[in-house]
Amino acid sequence: MLAFLIKRLFHALLVMFVISVIAFAIQDNLGDPIQQMVGQSVPESERAQLREELGLNDPFLVQYLRFAINAAQFDFGYSYVFNQPTTEVIARHLPATLELVASATFLIVVLSVPIGVYSAIKPRAWLSRFFMGISIIGISIPVFLTAIVLIQIFAIGISWTPFPADTSWGTWLNEVVSTEGGMPAYGRGDPIHVVGTWYTNFASPRGLLYLVLPAISLASIMLPLFIRLIRAEMLEVLQSDYIKFARAKGIRLRRIYFLHALKNTMLPVITVGGVQIGTLVAYTILTETVFQWPGMGLMFLDAIERSDIPLIVTYLMIVGLIFVITNTLVDLIYGLVNPTVKLTGKPA
Amino acid sequence: MNFNKTVMAAVIGATMAGAVALPAAAQSDDVTSLRMAYDADPVSLDIHEQLSGGILQLSHMTFDPLVRWTQDLDFEPRLASDWEQVDDTTLRMTLREDVSFHSGNTFTAEDVVWTVDRLKRSPDFKAIFEPISRVTAVDEHTVEFETEKPYPLLLNLATYIFPMDREFYTGTDEDGDPKDEIVKNGNSYASTHVSGTGPFTVSERQQGVRVEFERNTNYWDEASPGNVDRIELTPISENATRVAALLSEDVDFIAPVPPNDLERVREDENANLVTMSGTRIILFHMNQERVEAFQDPQVRKAFAYAINQEGIADRLMKGFATPAAQFSPEGYAGHVPDLELRYDLEKAKTLMADAGYEDGFEITMMAPNNRYVNDAKIAQAVSAMLARINVDVDLKTLPKAQYWGEYDDRAADMMMIGWHADTEDSANFHQYLTECPDSESGGGQYNAGNYCNPEVDELVSQANLEIDQDKRAEMLQEVEQTLYDEAAFVPLHWQDLAWASASHIEIEPILNVMNFPYLGDLVINDE
Repeated sequence: MLAFLIKRLFHALLVMFVISVIAFAIQDNLGDPIQQMVGQSVPESERAQLREELGLNDPFLVQYLRFAINAAQFDFGYSYVFNQPTTEVIARHLPATLELVASATFLIVVLSVPIGVYSAIKPRAWLSRFFMGISIIGISIPVFLTAIVLIQIFAIGISWTPFPADTSWGTWLNEVVSTEGGMPAYGRGDPIHVVGTWYTNFASPRGLLYLVLPAISLASIMLPLFIRLIRAEMLEVLQSDYIKFARAKGIRLRRIYFLHALKNTMLPVITVGGVQIGTLVAYTILTETVFQWPGMGLMFLDAIERSDIPLIVTYLMIVGLIFVITNTLVDLIYGLVNPTVKLTGKPA
Repeated sequence: MNFNKTVMAAVIGATMAGAVALPAAAQSDDVTSLRMAYDADPVSLDIHEQLSGGILQLSHMTFDPLVRWTQDLDFEPRLASDWEQVDDTTLRMTLREDVSFHSGNTFTAEDVVWTVDRLKRSPDFKAIFEPISRVTAVDEHTVEFETEKPYPLLLNLATYIFPMDREFYTGTDEDGDPKDEIVKNGNSYASTHVSGTGPFTVSERQQGVRVEFERNTNYWDEASPGNVDRIELTPISENATRVAALLSEDVDFIAPVPPNDLERVREDENANLVTMSGTRIILFHMNQERVEAFQDPQVRKAFAYAINQEGIADRLMKGFATPAAQFSPEGYAGHVPDLELRYDLEKAKTLMADAGYEDGFEITMMAPNNRYVNDAKIAQAVSAMLARINVDVDLKTLPKAQYWGEYDDRAADMMMIGWHADTEDSANFHQYLTECPDSESGGGQYNAGNYCNPEVDELVSQANLEIDQDKRAEMLQEVEQTLYDEAAFVPLHWQDLAWASASHIEIEPILNVMNFPYLGDLVINDE
């Protein structure tokens, strides 16, 4: 176990090293940070001086070594835009993103398992067909469109009047198809301070309200995928011999479905799920932009727009780290669910 | 099975309940507050760190200039109550006496002297303040500005002088750094602490998330009708979200309003939309160094005749632009009312034929795709229009972060640029965009056309020594006329400005073409 973790630590370091080299190598294509720091009418001589002060004229290797030596001491440099250490900037934006991802994950788990299992057990029921239809739509609509539609319906509100308003049934139907709006359309509101840089939306009803629309749109990409995955796996498991034997033996259906079948269904789901949760962190860029959610995704997009290279490099390294961590956790959990898997790779 | 249904019912129920039971935004009775959303928040609290729209907007909230622009581009006294031209090179300003800074310190002429000295150290502002050679405090409330040579734009410069609290910014901070240092990358005292004379103080700031302002209770301008006690500024960079925030009443005031949403905002009965013709000119340069044909004025004219500015302004910009035939918008000294839009395809074809380019030629074009309103689309439209005079355009559009590097390298035959004159003066356009490029003097820094006419340069330098504003305007108009006759560049339009607010907020009186809303004077009526 310890050997496994140490091995993973080396993986993490290697991943971060490779990412930092790549990020550094492409920085010339990310634009000129000086351009973003000064007004348009500032003369070239001033710009040249600033460039020299920031060490941007040094050769690639010199710049990289300077960065790497500092990074080894946990100093990742100063953000050009925020004028603060990049690690501090990221620490301030990380909790917002993690809360958003946690909420979306919660929605995915709570919805995909029952829906997936149900539509596998009753593949022909109209409700199953309905869920499958919805999930096809969910997969094919891009997340920013989902987000904008959600904002229009639940934040701004729509008033449709396709039915005659002078009849009571018409008024009633009009009200049914129209929405009031009123959900918060952007930002986190007033999150409550927990500790350090962590402000939470989980602690108050009003805070949770701010999470609803962003979490739904972030979940909307992964949710259909998981429903279909669980359904497909479950269908396959239900065909297998041991389920048939269990049925023949007269074990209660509920026990077969939720104990024997579900456990085997979840194995591949956990593997995919772990990787996908890492991806969710990346997907937050779109969701956070539309909802102006002040997390890492929004910060990253801003950093790219303003050529804030130190912040871009640090962000990429931290996302790489998050991927390594989630994958490690997945492997650990996998070992718990499926005892035949040995983490250290020794034969059982 | 039952378990399944229960879970699902609970989830659906919870979602519905969330959508229905929404507490209204809390607002207490005696505090008038404004929640506004801009596309970005100020990068620093140090108003000398960067010369940008965001910083100037902040300056007008937390500081006051000596004089400021009115909606008609006249000067309005602020901290300077009166001024006179003593001789050709000296301007004397009398300052208000009843003014104090947020810190409690009294505002005097020494603060003005100190502030101008600091401006002359700021990389962003020093070029603009170059003409001022000496500032002296004559007495406690009189200050004199001296220039080496006669300089007609001293009052324009005075709109950039927001006196800072000398005492507050003197000394060293806890790290031992001087409090008045200007740091571009890294933390400085002035970038996180502020003491001005302005209508608002900064009470809380989370960069990139929000800034909160409180009314300055000791504000000197008691004649100001402004009644806003609190302002909460949130940056919302995504256009659609910013509009949605206004329409869903999450914020009361937004800027800018994207052209695609103008109709939607105008039709909303709870929203109040204000648009103005702006002063930022959008144009294309034709690089004479890269393309020989552009050295022929006939070819340049043919290009100018081939482009339908009105079509772009109407269709692409949805009326959100004023078609232009010159640099200077109306109200500027150099504006020539007679210069007409050129679009005439037949004439363009004749000119091309006369110049011997009937069969056209190939050029490259570059434009940014996230800097100006609809910039990439405009470039596409222009290249389509040029195809009609047989010019084959290879167009590349880039994000602004990458575009300016290419621009500095003059990487394409035609390049787009938008320009706003920091001095609100016609000469500034020429100095940066069409003056003979000279890397030593820094002239023509953005002249990607390499257009060079020493006579025009001479005329502009003379105009910049001319104190008589009428004579000066005549000279600047001659400059515009020459640039038009020689088709030095292809003008497209002045980009309009748009703001929107909730309907009970009277934003119209506080807005102006410079896009510095005077929020101190904002009046919010009862709903």
